[in-house]
Amino acid sequence: MHLSLAPLSRCLSSGRRRSVRRAIRFLIGVTSLSAVACTRADDQQPIIGLVTKTETNPFFVKMKEGAEQAATAQAVRLLVGAGRSDGDNAGQAAAIENQVAAGAKVILISPSDAKAIVPTISRLRRDGVLVIALDSPTDPLNATDGFFGTDNFKAGVLIGAYAKARLGATAPKVVTIDLIPGHPTGAQRHNGFLKGLGLPSNERESNENAAPPEVVCMGDSVGDQAKAQTVMENCLLSAPGVNVVYAINEPSAAGAYNALVKAGRDKDVFIVTVDGGCRGVADVAAGHFAATAQQYPVRMAELGVQAAIEFLRSGKKPEGFIDTGVALVSDKKLDGVESLSVAEGTARCWGAK
Amino acid sequence: MSWRRLATYGPFLALLVACLFFSTQSSRFLTLDNFSLISQQVMVVGVLAIGQTLVILTAGIDLSCGMLMALGSVLMTLLAGQAGMPPALAILLGVGATTVAGLLNGLLVTRIKLPPFIVTLGTMNIAFALTQIVSRSQSVTDVPPLLTALGSTVTLFGTRIAFGTVAMMAMYAVAWWLLRETAGGRHVYAVGNNREAARLAGINTDRVLVIVYTVAGALYGVASLLAVARTGVGDPQAGQTENLDTVTAVVLGGTSLFGGRGVVLGSLIGALIVGVFRNGLTLMGVSSVYQILVTGILVILAVATDQWSRRGA
Repeated sequence: MHLSLAPLSRCLSSGRRRSVRRAIRFLIGVTSLSAVACTRADDQQPIIGLVTKTETNPFFVKMKEGAEQAATAQAVRLLVGAGRSDGDNAGQAAAIENQVAAGAKVILISPSDAKAIVPTISRLRRDGVLVIALDSPTDPLNATDGFFGTDNFKAGVLIGAYAKARLGATAPKVVTIDLIPGHPTGAQRHNGFLKGLGLPSNERESNENAAPPEVVCMGDSVGDQAKAQTVMENCLLSAPGVNVVYAINEPSAAGAYNALVKAGRDKDVFIVTVDGGCRGVADVAAGHFAATAQQYPVRMAELGVQAAIEFLRSGKKPEGFIDTGVALVSDKKLDGVESLSVAEGTARCWGAK
Repeated sequence: MSWRRLATYGPFLALLVACLFFSTQSSRFLTLDNFSLISQQVMVVGVLAIGQTLVILTAGIDLSCGMLMALGSVLMTLLAGQAGMPPALAILLGVGATTVAGLLNGLLVTRIKLPPFIVTLGTMNIAFALTQIVSRSQSVTDVPPLLTALGSTVTLFGTRIAFGTVAMMAMYAVAWWLLRETAGGRHVYAVGNNREAARLAGINTDRVLVIVYTVAGALYGVASLLAVARTGVGDPQAGQTENLDTVTAVVLGGTSLFGGRGVVLGSLIGALIVGVFRNGLTLMGVSSVYQILVTGILVILAVATDQWSRRGA
């Protein structure tokens, strides 16, 4: 994307102040931004804003691409923004305010902080803006006009059932590498996994991670590979009997796998996780992970843009939770567990292949 | 124009040019409502930057400001919301906690003679950990109205102006006057220019430094209240980038990182430059990553200008 200061000197030529000209030249020289004339960017196209957690996470890159394609196809203008890092609530709040100031009537957002964003969203909704959560819900769920995302509890149940079938008669000794305390997405995946594994667990509404005795070690990775590796290394020391690892996402699973390899345990312990990114599916193909539950960011974006356009045209609002689908991807089919092959998972994955 | 004058007026010119540019690009930019919005978006960093300016004027740096702000806002919301303390007392205790932390910074810098970078790196981590411990890493909701009062608006000339913005402007005005017109203010500059010379001239340099860090801590406490007012919650994940954001604002505002030179009002302009780019680029439909790109370039320019102006002087 290009923007320019060069045409500004033309815009200003009537009020020729030497100092101003110097300052302009100064800025042009250094910022070296190029090419757009004195036109105004505002036009008659309806505007939708999309705010993701970060600009760099491949999941959100894919979501952004999906939204951009859907917006182009429907002739609406899409503004995109993001926080600077996962957890940057103030950055997300500023981004959606600026998008509404730019004329957006609908905001699609993946909240970094389920609770902290709520007051900002409520304020905008009172002013008539439609807000839809993509991928991650707000807490409470009804703080937005709808939530389009993965059924995270179901994602957990899928990999839990797979782990149960793979363990067979062996009693599970589980390490869970979780997100952060109290996060709905983290708790739903964790509790779903335990339920699928046939262990006592919490219900899907709970934000607390269940801890039955079969869970021999728990730790938080914040979704980060390096932190997950540390958690796994420590868990191997405190609970060497582990035979199955649940990881909140694929970067965490990769961290856990590194720890297992370094300890020489990668053959007798297996990892299940959630995400379905191309890197993760490749790790499943390589046998690093036993299975992953694949989610579909493009579908979230497409449905979000569709709902936005429906609202702009007819005023009709979406309602509650819309499931955008989740599917198990595994390296080998097990009896009684439905799963996609690695090839099928690769065809639908996100991120660099 | 000499480098010296560019260092003084450059920030203001850059802000002006950015505003002119964005007003040619979007009809929504040059409105009072939009400027009110931008000023609300910069008020937290703006107030933190006053404290950071004071510290940098003494040739120090404060990495703990963002984390102290997070600690203050989590403390005041927890005390008022969950512990049921009177809101005014909770605010005082929150501000008190950051003030004590600032005092601690000052004492470590002067008594044990540790470099400010290391001291505040330590207190930054301590503040982060304490924030996570007391909040159990959960955002604090159910905040009493008094804590969000600074986020509410008054309508002037048809524009909604937040009380927090007015408070920020007032604090800048007071800081500017104190630094410019009082002996204490001139002592701050003297310590930053040459600490030994200041000491020989009879200035109690340690006392000046302790006061500067303590006042900075108190300002971070006010910023915590503004952060609560702005988002409506006590957010334990807040403050992670604010330390460098404030340094950016101070440097963009023309204050020298080597101490002893600069005007506190420049830091407000520096914060506004960042806010104007973030807002303006969004209005143009350009990704806000470009704001970070432009900020980086402007920071290098600002520091280079400072260097050149020193050589010329």
